[in-house]
Order: sequence, then structure tokens, then C-alpha cells
Amino acid sequence: MALPSYASPLERLWRYTYLLICTAIFIFLIAPILIVIPLSFNAEPYFTFTEKMLAFDPEGYSLRWYDILLTFGMAAPEAARDGAWWADVWENATWVQVAKNSAIVGVFSTLLATVLGTIAALGLSRPEMPYRRAIMAVLISPMIVPIIITATGLFFFYSSTGLSGSYAGVVLAHATLGIPFVIITVTATLIGFDRSLSRAAASLGASPTTSFFKITMPLIMPGVVSGALFAFVTSFDEVVVVLFVAAHDQQTIPRQMWNGIREQISPAILSVATILVVISIALLAMVEILRRRSEKLRGVTPY
Amino acid sequence: MADMTADHMPQAAAKLTTADGRPLKAALARAQSSARRRAFLLVLPLLAFVLLTFILPIGQMLHRSVHNNGFSANMPLMTQWFADNPIGTQPDEAAFAALATDIKAAAVARTIGIVGTRVNYELSGTRSLFTATGRKADDLAPPYQAALVAADEQWADPVLWATMRQVARAYSPNFFLAAVDLARDTDGSIIRAPEDRRVYVMLFIRTFVLAALITVCCLILGFPIAHLLATLPLRWSNLLMILVLLPFWTSLLVRTTSWIVLLQGQGVVNNTLVATGILTDDTRIQMIYNQAGTIIAMTHILLPFMILPLYSVMRPIPPSYVRAARSLGATSWTAFRRIYLPQTLPGIGAGALLVFILGVGYYITPALVGGASGQLISNLIAFHMQDSLNWSLAAALAAVLLACVLLLYWLYDRLIGIDNLKLG
Repeated sequence: MALPSYASPLERLWRYTYLLICTAIFIFLIAPILIVIPLSFNAEPYFTFTEKMLAFDPEGYSLRWYDILLTFGMAAPEAARDGAWWADVWENATWVQVAKNSAIVGVFSTLLATVLGTIAALGLSRPEMPYRRAIMAVLISPMIVPIIITATGLFFFYSSTGLSGSYAGVVLAHATLGIPFVIITVTATLIGFDRSLSRAAASLGASPTTSFFKITMPLIMPGVVSGALFAFVTSFDEVVVVLFVAAHDQQTIPRQMWNGIREQISPAILSVATILVVISIALLAMVEILRRRSEKLRGVTPY
Repeated sequence: MADMTADHMPQAAAKLTTADGRPLKAALARAQSSARRRAFLLVLPLLAFVLLTFILPIGQMLHRSVHNNGFSANMPLMTQWFADNPIGTQPDEAAFAALATDIKAAAVARTIGIVGTRVNYELSGTRSLFTATGRKADDLAPPYQAALVAADEQWADPVLWATMRQVARAYSPNFFLAAVDLARDTDGSIIRAPEDRRVYVMLFIRTFVLAALITVCCLILGFPIAHLLATLPLRWSNLLMILVLLPFWTSLLVRTTSWIVLLQGQGVVNNTLVATGILTDDTRIQMIYNQAGTIIAMTHILLPFMILPLYSVMRPIPPSYVRAARSLGATSWTAFRRIYLPQTLPGIGAGALLVFILGVGYYITPALVGGASGQLISNLIAFHMQDSLNWSLAAALAAVLLACVLLLYWLYDRLIGIDNLKLG
């Protein structure tokens, strides 16, 4: 939106002020995420830029906080860094353990949420679905209900069913929390899905299963994958439910970060944060690519 | 749809039949109902899953907010006596005998602490009365009234007896009363809680005020951004959209940590201000571990939820409307206010409601950066769950919060429609 030629000086001035304001807001949005990256390479245990860092002196930077992620919780961190040392890291290092838990819980809850959510989205997007609005409201509600209420409810429910302190409990809870995201993304993809394609497949003799796997599935795949990524991120980022229902064995990355922030905040947290930021950049890039691919597949050009 | 067309058909057409001789109307109705059934069956597994892992636990929690049998399950004789004698009956020897027998049994079963805790919720300082008497339960002998009063004078207190009568009922609205700063008088009438204990209503108000403030901040920051993104060429706006989506995809804890790093006393912002001479070392601003910290961090975290709905409403607004207004003589401000702004109202409504709903229930960020003054109602629920262990009160507070959120959710569904929720 360039300025029209008839714009008055005041309008020109406002235009530049407006762009300045927008830049400031973009900085507000993005700076807090980027600031942790350089700080995580701090050689000193401070949360601010030291003079050496500002002077780009290599001595001001170090990888010590990344090293701590490996050594913290190890049986023999001082030993020579050979195969046995790495085995020790894999078996005992606290951050590695929580990363493993996050991955296990994330993958299984994502699978559960994606499979159930996609099947349900197929039903929900059919025009003849009865009580569509009410059912949709129920299925989206885990996203809306405050997480503390969900966690409280699950705490009581799990302690009466014996699921508390088990992987199954955390996976089920995270799957529930991820479902709304799968439903929203997959139904959005299905809105643009041309149902005459399925009918054409049926008229050519395909069974509903064949037509689903050969026709529907490839077309909605980008939506399903981005829904799955949303569900994974939800689980990967979830701390309150873990706080309430998980035992010591099921601590996840955010749970360990929570501990770190509450008790003794150290730059090691920033190195974890940096790794997570890199992961989220990768996921975002993936979703963007999928979105474009989906638009191309469906032949929709945005707007 | 088929039913409707069938109704509008003239009588003669209703006699149309399919190839196998069945009436067309019936065949269509049958096909329709089987299509409905198939659609429903696809949704059923997920619906059952959500009902089991989400709705049922919350229902169970709601039940707990009105049900607590800590007293009635462990003091059966006493509960029976309260049931047999109407309110206002002076406790007689039979009552004291029931009490003493129950205390003896509870002391043996080691449940006396549960009983004491339950009474203590309503009348503080009584837990030790029960546990202390429980320890000496073996010494109690008839006449029980004298023996119990000798053990502790508080057993003769009519307030204690009135309280025990209340907690003897497993179902009681008392936790809900406590959650809105009300209490019961000795005669059972509802009064306001003592002044020094009225915290919950204040916290609910604070939660709503802060959430509203955060919503306004998000709107002020989100509107220009959404407008810019909506008016730039698509190539540019897609690029800038990444700056909005990246915070959205970044872990909540990472963003909260960043704000701690930025805002704390020795943090980046304060250090920069000191280095540039705006502040001195003594005047460093306290920006975190208070309400300001909660507002700043939550505004940042919820901002994408405002920008995305605003953007999706603003993008399709044709720029020719504003141009038409200008050509008819409107100033740019009038054109914005009278022409552009009204068209963005659905987006403003959607974004504001979403941010407000999410803000009201926030827990993690206020817990980490809120200090004492920035705590919200969620943090108090967590406190009662984890520290004070008054689970029924936590459940009642959660129920009140849930009711507020569901009301807003209903409003959102009515005004905007759940189907229109979009993520990126």
C-alpha cells in the first residue's frame, strides 16, 4: 500500500510514524525469542551481555552451558570423553532423560491425536453430520478450558484409576490436548476438498477404503501433517499436566525447565531454550512448506 | 436436504418410485439416515475418547467440589446422631458417647487426621483438637461428656458442634460459598467471610481485570500489525507473517524465560538503560515478579492469537471502500473510523474474546514471572491442590472459573462460530 500522490504532508508523516510503530511491535514480538540465542553462549553465569561479548571477544563466548546439558546428572562427568562417557550421558544425564521422555510422550500422543482426530474430521466435514456444532464445541474444548482445570480433573481421575505416574496417563492427557489442533487444521483442509473426486473413484469401482487411501488421503495429507505437528508441539510444550500427574520417571523438557526457572535459574536454561527455538523454527518452516503444497495440490490460490 | 425437497413437491410427484418399486421419498430418507449414521460413526471414537479422558475427569472434579465425606465416612455414629436430631438440639450424653466412640474408632483406623482436616476447613484450629484427643482416646471413659470436656474445653463449644453438623453432610455447598468469600454462621445462615479471609473474590476480580488489560494491550499492538500485513503485497506479508508465527510456535517456557532475562533487575533492558544513562544503578526499574511482568509477558505470548483472526478478517476488505470515502471528501481519519474500522469489528471481537478466554485461565507465566501481585486465580487453584491440599476448595474454585470460561466460550461460538477458528 504505497502512499497516493495526493497524500498531504501530515499523511506522509503519519505513514512513516505508522511504519516505525509496526517495526517496534515486530521487534517486541521477535526480540525476546532471539535474545536467548547469543546469551546462551555466555562464558559467565550472567543473563546479560558482558563487555567481552559486546566486543565480540571470543573469550566472552563459550559452550559451557551446552556442556552442562550433557554432564548434569551423569555418574562420572569428569571421565575421559570416550564411548563409555557417551553411554553414561545417554543413560544418566538429566536433560537427555527428559528429552527422551518428551520424545516418547510427544510421538505417542501425536499418533493417537492425529489418527482419531483425522477420522473424526472426515465425519465432521460431511454435510449430513448430525449435531455438528455441539460435537465440534466439545471436541475443541480442551483448547479452551484452562489447563489448570484439566490438570486438576485428571489428577483426581488418574489417582482413582491408577493412571497417575504412568506414561499412559501423560500420553492420554497430551493426546486430548492436541486433538483440537488436529481437528481445526484437518477440517480446514477438508473444506476445500472436492467430494466429487471420491464419487468418481466409487463410480470407477473403488471400495470406500481404496478411495480413502488413494484419493482422499494424499490430498488432505498436508493438513494432517501440520495438524500432527501442532499436536506434537502442544505435547512438547506442556508442563502443567506433567506437573500434576507425572511421576519422577516421566519428567519432560518443559517440566525440567520449570524446575530450573523456579529454583536456580542458570544459563543452562538458555541453552535449552536456544535448542527449542531452533526446533520451533524448523517446525514452522515445515508447516509453511506444507501449507503452500496443500494450496498447490488443491488448486487454491490464497485470496 | 432431501426431506425438504420432498415436502415441496406436488402430491403427484410424491408417488415417484425408484427402480425397485420403493417410494422415492422413503428411499431417500433411508439413504440420508445411513449417511448420517456413517458420519456420526466416524466421529464416535474421538468423541468417546474426549468424553472419557476430558469430560469425565472434569465432571468428577465438579462432583468433588460439592462432595467431601472426610467426616461422614469416618464418624458414622456422630453423623447418625446429627441426622436423628434436628438443628439446635443441645448435645446430650448420647451425642458425646457417639463422638467418643467414633474418635476411638478413627484413632485406631488412623483416620482421625482426615476428620480433623475436614472440620478444620470450616473452623480453623480444630485439626489439632481432633488429633490430640485421638491420641488420648484410650483414656476416655463414661460419662463421655465430662471426659471429653476434661480432655479439651473446646468440645463444649457450640460453634464446634454447629460446624460438625455442617460437615457431617457429605454433600454441601460450603466449598462454593468459600470460593466466593461467603461462610456459614453457627445457625446455618450465609454470611460474608471475615474480612481478613476475603481473598477469592478479590483474586477473581484481579484475574478478570488483568485479562481485560492484556486483551486491550494485545488489540493496541495487534491492530497495526494486522493492518500492515493485510495491506502489504502477499509476498511481503507472508514473509512478515513468519515473525508473528515464530513466537506462536516457540515454547511457552522459552518465551517466559526470555522475559525474565530481559526484564529482571540485572537484565538486558535495565542494563541497557543504565549504560545509556537513562537510569542509574539505584533507579533500576522493577519490571518482573510483579503485575507488570505478568502483563508484559502474557501480552507477548497471546499477541499472535489477536493478530491471526484480525488478519484473516482484514485481508479480504477491498481497499476501494476507503478510496471511495476519500473521493467523497472524507479525511483519512474519518474514512478509517467510519469505513474501515466497522468492517474489522468481527476480527476484533474474535481476537479479543480468544485472548481474554486464554488469558483468564493462564497459569505458567503468572506463576513464573508474576511475583505475589501478579498471581491469577489459576495459581491459587494450584496452591490449594499442591500445598494446602484443600482439594474440595480447589475444585470449587476451578468450577467457578470453568463456568466463567464456558460462558465466554458459548459467547464465542454464538458470535464467531467455532468452525471459524484458524491457526496460522
